[in-house]
Amino acid sequence: MTQPLLELKDLETSFPSSAETVSGRASVVEGVTLSIDAGEVLALVGESGCGKSVTALSILRLIPKPGRIERGEILLEGRDLRTLSIPEMRKVRGNQIAMIFQEPMTSLNPVVRVGDQVVEAIRLHEKVSRKAALARTLELFEKVSMPDAKARLRAFPHELSGGLKQRVMIAMALSSHPKLLIADEPTTALDVTVQAQTLELLRDLRQEMDMAVLLITHDLGVVNQLADRVAVMYAGKVVETGTREDVFRQARHPYTKSLLRSMPALAKPQEPLYEIAGSVPVPGEWPAGCRFVTRCEEGDDFCGEEPAPRRRLSHSHACWCHRVEGVQDES
Amino acid sequence: MNPSPGDKGNLLEVRGLRTWFPIRAGILQRVTGQIRAVDGIELNVRRGETLALVGESGCGKSTLGYSLLRLIESQEGEVLFNGQDLCSVPPDELKDLRRKLQIVFQDPMAALNPRSRVRDSIAEGMECFGIGNNDAERTQRVAELMERVGLDPRQMDRYPHEFSGGQRQRICVVRALAVEPEFIVLDESVSALDVSIQAQMLNLLQGLQEEFGLTYLFITHDLGVVRYIADRVAVMYLGQIVEEGSADQIFESPRHPYTRILLSAVPSVNPDERTRPLRVQGEVPSPSNPPSGCRFHPRCPDAIERCSLEMPELETRPEGGVRCILAPE
Repeated sequence: MTQPLLELKDLETSFPSSAETVSGRASVVEGVTLSIDAGEVLALVGESGCGKSVTALSILRLIPKPGRIERGEILLEGRDLRTLSIPEMRKVRGNQIAMIFQEPMTSLNPVVRVGDQVVEAIRLHEKVSRKAALARTLELFEKVSMPDAKARLRAFPHELSGGLKQRVMIAMALSSHPKLLIADEPTTALDVTVQAQTLELLRDLRQEMDMAVLLITHDLGVVNQLADRVAVMYAGKVVETGTREDVFRQARHPYTKSLLRSMPALAKPQEPLYEIAGSVPVPGEWPAGCRFVTRCEEGDDFCGEEPAPRRRLSHSHACWCHRVEGVQDES
Repeated sequence: MNPSPGDKGNLLEVRGLRTWFPIRAGILQRVTGQIRAVDGIELNVRRGETLALVGESGCGKSTLGYSLLRLIESQEGEVLFNGQDLCSVPPDELKDLRRKLQIVFQDPMAALNPRSRVRDSIAEGMECFGIGNNDAERTQRVAELMERVGLDPRQMDRYPHEFSGGQRQRICVVRALAVEPEFIVLDESVSALDVSIQAQMLNLLQGLQEEFGLTYLFITHDLGVVRYIADRVAVMYLGQIVEEGSADQIFESPRHPYTRILLSAVPSVNPDERTRPLRVQGEVPSPSNPPSGCRFHPRCPDAIERCSLEMPELETRPEGGVRCILAPE
C-alpha cells in the first residue's frame, strides 16, 4: 500500500472554555483521523462550529493561542508536522501545503499591487530574481484564467472583483507547486456564476498539477462538484467518511442523512422541509456518548453514554454510529 | 391587464420605479454620475404569495426592497400598496402604512440592538404603533409570538448575544410580526443560517404565511431555496427585471439567457451530475455606466447586433414576461 500524502491520527485541539470542565478547556476537534492521498480531493463538510476549520488550521499549526493541539499526529508523507521546529514548519507552509480562505478581500494587502504580492510569495520560498518571479506570476495568472492577465499584474485588490481576487489567491497558492491545497470555503463569498467558474478552475488545476485538495465547506452542492471523498463532521468529530457516491447515495449516519434531507434543493415544493430539531450544542456541553444523540431520531439512551465506534461498511465507507451495522474496527 | 380567474389581486404594484444614487467627486462634491441601482422596475406582488427576487450581488435587489418600503427614497415611479401610492403619501400617513410593511434583514446580530432586551426590541414597534393598551398586554403578545416561532418566552428578558444565530433570526421575525403587517420583505433572511437551521426557518416562514395571510418578497441569491419557497420569481440584472414568471416556469423553461446561466451555475447535489455551467463572458458592468441596448448583451452568448442597439421591453402579461428580443415563445 502506498503511503497517503497526509494522515491525521487522533487529532485533538482545544480552546479555553467557560463551560465547566476539569481543565477549563474544551476540545473543539477530537479524535479526528483522516487521510488524503496524493492528487485526491477530500471534502470536510459540516455546519458552523463543527471543527472543520480548526482541523485545517491544526494541520498547518496555525491555531491561534490560547488554543492548542492536545494530541495526535499530523503526518505529511510520513513526517510528523508536530515535531518540526518553527522555521521548519514555516518551510512547509506555502510550500508543500498552501491555503486559500473564504474572504479574498481580507487575505490580500490593499495597498500593494496584486502582481507584487504574488512575486513576494515566490521570492520568499525560492531564490529567484524579481524579473523571473514576475514572469512566473504572469504564467500563474494565465493558468488561473485571469482575463487580461498582463494588465492585471499592476492592479490593486480593490480594482478586482471578488472572483478575480480569489484567482489571485489561488495563483499565489499555486506558486510553490504545493502537494496539498487547503481551501477553506473558497467560494462561499462568491456569486453563483463566479462560484461555478471558480470550482471549474479548481477542478482543472488539481488535475493539471496533480495536487491534493482539502476542501472545507458547508455546501453539499460544492462538495458534489469537486470532491472524490467526503468526511462529515459534527460537534468536533468525524461521523462518516466515504467516496462522494457513498455519502450522497447511501449515507448511513443519521446526521448525514438528515443533512441531505434538509436541503431545499432536494425537497419537493409544497411539502414541509425536513428539519433537524434543535441546534448544535456548544463545545464543552457535548454529550459524553454520541454527540448527535440530542437531535437524533434513531438514537436511544445507550447512544448518549458510549462514544460511537467506527463501523466499516465497505473498503471506502465508514460511519461512527451505534445503530449502524458493520464491521467494528479494533483500533 | 385583466386578473385571471382565482387571482386574489395585487397587494403591491410597482410602476417604473427608479432609484439612482449620485456619485459625487472633487472638492465641490459635484454630481459626476449616477449609479442606476434600480432603473425602471415593473413588478406586481399578489396577495398571499411569495415572490422571490433573485440576482447576483450588485444587481439592485436589496435597493429595490428598501425602495418599496421607502427606506431609500426613489426619484421616479409609483409603489401602489392596496392601490395607494407609497411614494407620494405625506409623512404622517406614511407612518400608519409602515406598520403594514415590515422587513427582516440578513444579519440578525446587526439588526437587533445588543443592549436592549429582546422583549423591548419586540415591543418597541407595538408601542410606536399603539398596539396593546399597556405594557402587560404587549408582554403577553410578545410571549405568545415567541412561543409561536419556537422560542422560550421565559427568555424574553435576555439579550441578543445570549441566543444562537437561528434564534436571533426568529426574534427578528417576531418583531416584524408583532405589528400585524400584511407584507414582509425578507432580505436574505435565511442566507446566513446553517442548512439544518435554514430548514427550520423556511418551514416557520411558510407556516406563518398561511396563519397570518402574509405576503412575502423574498430577496435571495440562493436558487435552491427559491425553488422550495417561491410561488413566483423575478430575476434582476443591473437594476432591471429581466424575467418574471411562476417558479415552475422559471425553473423548468427559463426564457432569458441570463436566467438560464444563473440556473446552470447552481451546484447540483445529484451525485450523477456535476454542473457544467454555461459560459458567461466577462463581468457585470458598472451600474453607473450600463451598456447600450439590452444590458446583458455584452455577456450574452446569444446576442446579435440588434441587442446592442435597442433596449428590449419587459413583456407585461399576467403570467409573467421576459426582457429579451430573442426569447422563445
